[in-house]
Amino acid sequence: MKQPKSDITSGDWVELHPRKRKNFVGAIAELVSKTLVIAELEIRKLLHDPTDVLVRGVQPALWLLIFGQVWTRTQAIPTENLSYLEFMTPGILAQSVLFVAIFTGGMTLIWERDLGIVHKFLASPVPRTAIVLGKALGCGVRCLSQIAIVYSLALLLGVQLYLHPLAILQVVAIVLLGAVNFCIFSLIIGCVAKSRDRFTGIGQLITMPLFFASNAIYPLSLMPNWLQIISSINPLTYEVDALRSIMLPKSSSLYGFGLDCTILLSTLIILTIICGRLYPRVAT
Amino acid sequence: MYPQSVILETQQLTRCFGKFTAVDAVNICVHMGEVFGLLGPNGAGKSTAIKMLTTLLPPTAGRATIAGYDVTHQSDAVRRIIGYVPQALSADGSLTGYENLLIFAKLYGIPRSQREQRIREALAFMDLQAVADRLVRNYSGGMIRKLEIAQSILHQPQILFLDEPTVGLDPVARHQVWNLMQQLVKDYGTTIILTTHFLEEADSLCDTVAIVNRGQVIATGAPAKLKATLNQPNATLNDVFITYIGKKLESKISYHETAKIRHNIRRLG
Repeated sequence: MKQPKSDITSGDWVELHPRKRKNFVGAIAELVSKTLVIAELEIRKLLHDPTDVLVRGVQPALWLLIFGQVWTRTQAIPTENLSYLEFMTPGILAQSVLFVAIFTGGMTLIWERDLGIVHKFLASPVPRTAIVLGKALGCGVRCLSQIAIVYSLALLLGVQLYLHPLAILQVVAIVLLGAVNFCIFSLIIGCVAKSRDRFTGIGQLITMPLFFASNAIYPLSLMPNWLQIISSINPLTYEVDALRSIMLPKSSSLYGFGLDCTILLSTLIILTIICGRLYPRVAT
Repeated sequence: MYPQSVILETQQLTRCFGKFTAVDAVNICVHMGEVFGLLGPNGAGKSTAIKMLTTLLPPTAGRATIAGYDVTHQSDAVRRIIGYVPQALSADGSLTGYENLLIFAKLYGIPRSQREQRIREALAFMDLQAVADRLVRNYSGGMIRKLEIAQSILHQPQILFLDEPTVGLDPVARHQVWNLMQQLVKDYGTTIILTTHFLEEADSLCDTVAIVNRGQVIATGAPAKLKATLNQPNATLNDVFITYIGKKLESKISYHETAKIRHNIRRLG
């Protein structure tokens, strides 16, 4: 049904007719600009309280220093020409990004829902997908610190890493892509769970299987067939595969860097659409 | 006097949650420049009505238009012309007051050339210049409310929704917020819709009040007119409230809502 146009005037106070999205390009430009504003908001919060970044470094440190060192000695996992510590370093980077993203996204959403911040954003003319993408991008920037932490620890432990600036840039891109994907996944859980207790339960239920059903700490060839199938639909597998091929000079990608990126980007688009639809439910 | 053109109108506006009808066929009409109060006990359906009008919650039945735009079908247009201050605290405590305003100025698409000036004006209007660079988590309850109102008027909305704007505030802060609302109407002609369960607030601020109970509007009119209907000398809005709601008063407030209200009061206090 066609709706009547407003005939209310209010001097020069506000635009009489709200700006219309003239075309697809305009809509994309608005989506990008509003996404960046929301990301800026998240980054500003991080700058006011950077201690969070250091605390997040504990988990990868434990995995590399304890788990990694012990399992390297056992030589029980076939990792071809790589030491086990080298093999697991990209996996631990992806894993720490996964944990930060999962427990930042939905948890913050529920906190902001309880405070009423979410309602104010939803009552503003910001595309829902921009809110989702902006929050996820902010989370991605938060996760970049994990690169510095994992690289420093790995270099200390004698892991040979490819340190070419272009390779580092590629790592940054993949970490951002992985973090954005899992943060949006977490936001989806938050939209459904709506309470902190429920979110923590579902988050834990999902995070560990995501981690173990991937190639992060053992190769796919070691997995039984059913687990290989699950791991092939797990975005973390492609993130780890891409990271392993960029970070380690002696390793190559199983699927190819292009396919890894394509799968991560496709997952991002699907998750963003789902989350954009679910996000307004947070206010109810 | 305010102009008589209608800025907000609802027709049989209804919202159900399962079998529970939170807002039941509400018909209200608000004129430009008016301060309109939705008055009722906790759990009466005031916040649900506001959520529908601010496009946060789709109505189950009925319709509402704001400045001619339908809240369901033209929600994006509605969002551009309204300002909204939720009942819960909506300013971000981990940012400064200035940053809270800056982000909303950008989100509402205020041109870069006007942004700083609008923020400065809003800070001055709310008397918050001195604390603009302080983290909001260190603000007092009254300062937070003023900042939230500042955020919601940056884009100069035609209509401002305030959901329980003074709950949890001390009497001094409450009067400051009242003065600000009156100033907004006087200086900018903003239409204000507020929900409250403080009768004194409704009496001193509102041009029109709608008394709501169990999701239904029981009475609508200017406070003076409603008082006159009682045929009692020196009748107060409190008497009106008791007369209209009387024994029907039954708060449907849930455990969760009670927890939220007390949480807000603790944070604001």
